[in-house]
Amino acid sequence: MSGTADSSADPEADPGTGALTANLMHFARALRAAGLPIGPGRVIDAVHAVRAAGITNRTDFYWTLHAIFVNRRDQHDLFDEAFRLFWRDPQLLERMMAALLPQLQLPPDEARKPTTRRIAEALRGNEPERRAEPEKIEETVDATLTWSDREVLRTKDFEQMSNDEVEAAKLMMAKLRLPFAPVPTRRYRPDPAGARADLRATLRATLRTGGDLITLKFRTRRTRVPPLVVLCDISGSMERYSRMFLHFLHALTNDRSRVFTFLFGTRLTNVTRYMRFRDIDQSLARVAGAVEDWSGGTRIGHSLCEFNLRWSRRVLGQNAVVLFISDGLDRDAGAGLAREMERLHKSCHRLVWLNPLLRYEGFEPKSQGMRAILPHVDEFRAAHNLASLEDLITTLGEPATTPARSAFLWQGKAA
Amino acid sequence: MTSIPLRSPASVDDALALLRAGRYVADRSLATAVFLSLRLHRPLFLEGEAGVGKTEIAKVLSESLGRRLIRLQCYEGLDTAAAVYEWNYPRQMIEIRLAEARDESRETLDEEIFSDRFLIRRPLLQALSPQPEGPPVLLIDELDRADEPFEAYLLEVLSDFQVTIPELGTIKAPSPPIVVITSNRTREIHDALKRRCFYYWVDYPDAPRELDILKLKAPGAAEELTKQVVGFVQKLRKEELFKLPGVAETIDWTKALVELDRITLDPATVNDTLGALLKYQDDINKIRGNEASRLLREVQTELAAPR
Repeated sequence: MSGTADSSADPEADPGTGALTANLMHFARALRAAGLPIGPGRVIDAVHAVRAAGITNRTDFYWTLHAIFVNRRDQHDLFDEAFRLFWRDPQLLERMMAALLPQLQLPPDEARKPTTRRIAEALRGNEPERRAEPEKIEETVDATLTWSDREVLRTKDFEQMSNDEVEAAKLMMAKLRLPFAPVPTRRYRPDPAGARADLRATLRATLRTGGDLITLKFRTRRTRVPPLVVLCDISGSMERYSRMFLHFLHALTNDRSRVFTFLFGTRLTNVTRYMRFRDIDQSLARVAGAVEDWSGGTRIGHSLCEFNLRWSRRVLGQNAVVLFISDGLDRDAGAGLAREMERLHKSCHRLVWLNPLLRYEGFEPKSQGMRAILPHVDEFRAAHNLASLEDLITTLGEPATTPARSAFLWQGKAA
Repeated sequence: MTSIPLRSPASVDDALALLRAGRYVADRSLATAVFLSLRLHRPLFLEGEAGVGKTEIAKVLSESLGRRLIRLQCYEGLDTAAAVYEWNYPRQMIEIRLAEARDESRETLDEEIFSDRFLIRRPLLQALSPQPEGPPVLLIDELDRADEPFEAYLLEVLSDFQVTIPELGTIKAPSPPIVVITSNRTREIHDALKRRCFYYWVDYPDAPRELDILKLKAPGAAEELTKQVVGFVQKLRKEELFKLPGVAETIDWTKALVELDRITLDPATVNDTLGALLKYQDDINKIRGNEASRLLREVQTELAAPR
């Protein structure tokens, strides 16, 4: 009995399972084509595993392959479907794959398209690329403001920028960096001015001198920037702003680790993975494909509820800072919003609300949505032009000693 | 029959029997993953909500295989000094002073200071050291709480089952330990680590299995009560709650009800003991009262209906 177990150590030894190995390989390719990250090593693992478990019945076979190929819970459904299809009639799938194969190479080309379009555009000169925005505004702005200067650009509202200015602002935005106040971790690094003795280093130094002198070495806590979670409103009223913010968020995601991005209008979409592409056009194309509720209504309470239920425990650990970008105009008139906002506030380290509406002089947060949100944020900031974003950056760099200071000010107005 | 639990299982059925012998009611799918992990000496990676019995699997394995259980509870900032090994510095310092008094040479001192005598073994190193009962069961609990640097460190340990101590050299396990890793998914574990393991998502059990579990874990409860409890909890898991009750909560609740001498559920009792099932005030407020009575009525009509 142990003999069979030993032979499972080398797959090449037994030619009898050639067909199975080939089938497993095809199955793995099918899964890979379906989007599971499966390398050749995994196929070898699968052969070993199937040998060890033996093929006695379909259920065991299923779960054997499942243990090898599935790595995350959300891959289960894909695997299930592929298994059902493939092991019913492998030839069918093979034929399908052969037919599909030329197309499988397409996606990278497809993904490169926005880049080529951008190059073409650069050669051809600027053409308006946003169809959704009202033409009228563009014309008037273009007529009155024919000059564009860095300083003016900084204080100009995103909504009133011409296309050229938008492009310039996007470039400037990509250069912005968020210096979050680092938080101490429980790890240490050597530091001559540290407060704690590093006994290990001390002992080594002592032995180096032959044990005559014990010279104390010190260490101090390492610090690390906290994770950043961005919840960005993409409803109709925010359209111009949210598109600008996507550029900002893309720069942010590629600048540091642990940035999670969620977009919401009537529902919540996690776009974290799409924002990780180096190329901004590739990112935006993927985001546009994933989001179904661009420029629609807003259901802030509903979206936050979804976030709290499904994501908060997975991304808000380790002292996360939350950037909540929204104008606070809610279709549901703030129903359930206060409760969800409170929960969000209680489960993160610091909650910053960026609101483009704050640009207006004499703005008062009177809408029901805003009044529901306001008591639960640590900081309330304008975010309608580059200057306000730069301003945000300086405050985020400071440690959060007096939270809610700015929010308190506004609460007075809302009352 | 008694020889079965002490050997590694030879088939999936054996693995199922092994878990059952350890009083763990498992799915066949879980038994398959356990069997593969034991047979191919690869870590078992269990992910799932809190309270579905992930940690329990490691305990059951150690008990029914008669191996030692070594547990490493993860937390943020877990480092080698707490997870792998540490030198006993105070004793080393004293040794240096004593050596001075004995007038020993520097070379012998060097060797003595970094010898096994002064080494404090932490869980990972313990798991790699030979044990009289055979390779131990190493439980790495709640890996998602540890930070990424520790996860990266685990890669070496889990693929080669060896650790390197600069002063001593590389220590390799004579035979690989049985490794069980659990995660509550408070963050995503890196693919590189998962790739080295057999992955299994531990889900909430379905009604028949939960009934089996309750019969095993809370044998004092009346048949009717057990059925009602399972029915109620299963319904509760379909509600939109911040934290759904796990199996651990079901068992706790049943035990609580037994202590209160209940033989059936009634709305008042449910309202009073809801704290055993739900751990968030919002969830309790949502269910308590009307919602609880409604669910209970549904359960009662379903149980009363002839099959």
